[in-house]
Amino acid sequence: MNEILKLLEEDGRYTPAEIAAMLGREEAEVREVIKKCEEEHIINGYTAIVDWDRTSEESVTAFIEVKIVPQRDDGFDRIARRIYQYEEVESLYLMSGSFDLSVIVTGPSLRAVSRFVSEKLAPIEGVRSTATHFIMKRYKDKHRTFLVEPEQEERTLFI
Amino acid sequence: MMDYEKLMSRRVQGLAPSGIRRFFDILDTMTDAISLGIGEPDFVTPWHIREAGVYSLEQGFTKYTANAGMTRLRREIAAYLNRRFDLTYDPQGEIFVTVGGSEAIDLCIRAMLDFGDEVIIPAPSFVCYGPLVEMAGGVPVYVETKAENEFRLTAKELREALTPRTKLLVLPFPNNPTGAIMERGDLEAIAEVLRGTEVTVLSDEIYSELTYGQRHVSPANIPELYERTLLVNGFSKSYAMTGWRLGYVCGPREVLRQMIKIHQYGIMSAPTTSQYAAIEALKAGDGDIERMRDSYDRRRRMLLKGFRDLGLECFEPRGAFYMFPSIKSTGLSSEEFCTRFLKEERIAVIPGSAFGPGGEGFARVCYASSTENIETALQRLGGFLERLRGEES
Repeated sequence: MNEILKLLEEDGRYTPAEIAAMLGREEAEVREVIKKCEEEHIINGYTAIVDWDRTSEESVTAFIEVKIVPQRDDGFDRIARRIYQYEEVESLYLMSGSFDLSVIVTGPSLRAVSRFVSEKLAPIEGVRSTATHFIMKRYKDKHRTFLVEPEQEERTLFI
Repeated sequence: MMDYEKLMSRRVQGLAPSGIRRFFDILDTMTDAISLGIGEPDFVTPWHIREAGVYSLEQGFTKYTANAGMTRLRREIAAYLNRRFDLTYDPQGEIFVTVGGSEAIDLCIRAMLDFGDEVIIPAPSFVCYGPLVEMAGGVPVYVETKAENEFRLTAKELREALTPRTKLLVLPFPNNPTGAIMERGDLEAIAEVLRGTEVTVLSDEIYSELTYGQRHVSPANIPELYERTLLVNGFSKSYAMTGWRLGYVCGPREVLRQMIKIHQYGIMSAPTTSQYAAIEALKAGDGDIERMRDSYDRRRRMLLKGFRDLGLECFEPRGAFYMFPSIKSTGLSSEEFCTRFLKEERIAVIPGSAFGPGGEGFARVCYASSTENIETALQRLGGFLERLRGEES
């Protein structure tokens, strides 16, 4: 199973037939494993890695450190749930160290993201403080680099 | 007017130019073709290895090293060969560092041959051995390996080629272009034939880390062959370091002591930056080897299945990153096949005939290329084969 997952993580568009060929397995078997992984939420979707900076679309991403008041009972999960339901939230992680939650938020403009932080995120009960860092340039995401690497020189050789 | 043909070494002029020059002339003009031609990893050298080279430059390590290469590097090579192939060489005297495996091959040949000595070269194989033998005044004796033997060298074939003038036996396994390997049993049979002779084995193991399904066995792993084996290896294929030009040779210290004189006069020492990078590769690169090998293996399976689905006969290669399908069913020569495939479908593969006797009727396809390229190549190959069948009827 893990071999199949690694391949799909490398390229979500590999078809079961291609994966089967690469791993020397049966296509039906690969199909079955993928289906099972989807059902068990091991695979949670397929998506493209987009460099929006190369498009006309204006988009801003912020990384927000959130400190929260220590919670009883269900720990951080309840507050986390209240945060991640917002469309604007791309990712949410519980962190060790000097703050508690790391929230990654995208929006069409600096103002839109700032408004989300001040009007939606900060007022949530239990949120003690926020620190917002805007992402200025994306170099690498999901193992893909966004800078175009220099091309190798043309060569004629026989090996 | 100078008559250069008269001036120049007859030996150099006598070197056979590549028999498929026409094919390469066409290839040179096609910039938009998908190339499954060049035999080179499609990975960039892992960053931690590159970084070690950069760091050595920052520190100002820009001078020659010892002729034999840095002591630290030789120690790491010894540890690596022991860890991964169960081989024992003394870093003081039984290992030295060369400019790529290619220099090591040249040195072995030049150090061993006297005029007229014969060198047995299994073929199809990499193109350098014969010309280097001729340059050293020797005589290449090609032994055709067969598809039905999975292109291994058999004891019988070797026995028939041996003469009292045989000085060297080249064992180029895992093999370029066929992807063939030699297993322990095969090597033991070779050892049996060589027993009592004075033949030295030149084992070119540059693809030793790229075997699929079983570990590489070196002739030096066979006790009777150890003392007569010159082992050549390098960093190009296992760590994707082709441009760093770094290799090494291991063998009996008496042989290396003579051999290093040629290196000392002709080369001085291998590139210093590359040696620093190589130390890092050996110390922390085992994971890179496995990662790249697994990736080649996936593409190997994909291409093999593709060929078989198209009805193209191909033995399953167990080493390197080449596949060597038979194109005999098309009725074309390998040069015709590859030229037409390139012109009509814009896919470059290399005619088997480029790799010496035994290569006619085959084509070398390098699968160190993206899965997209492999799929496109397979699709166009399907169309091409169909069209050829249409022409026949």
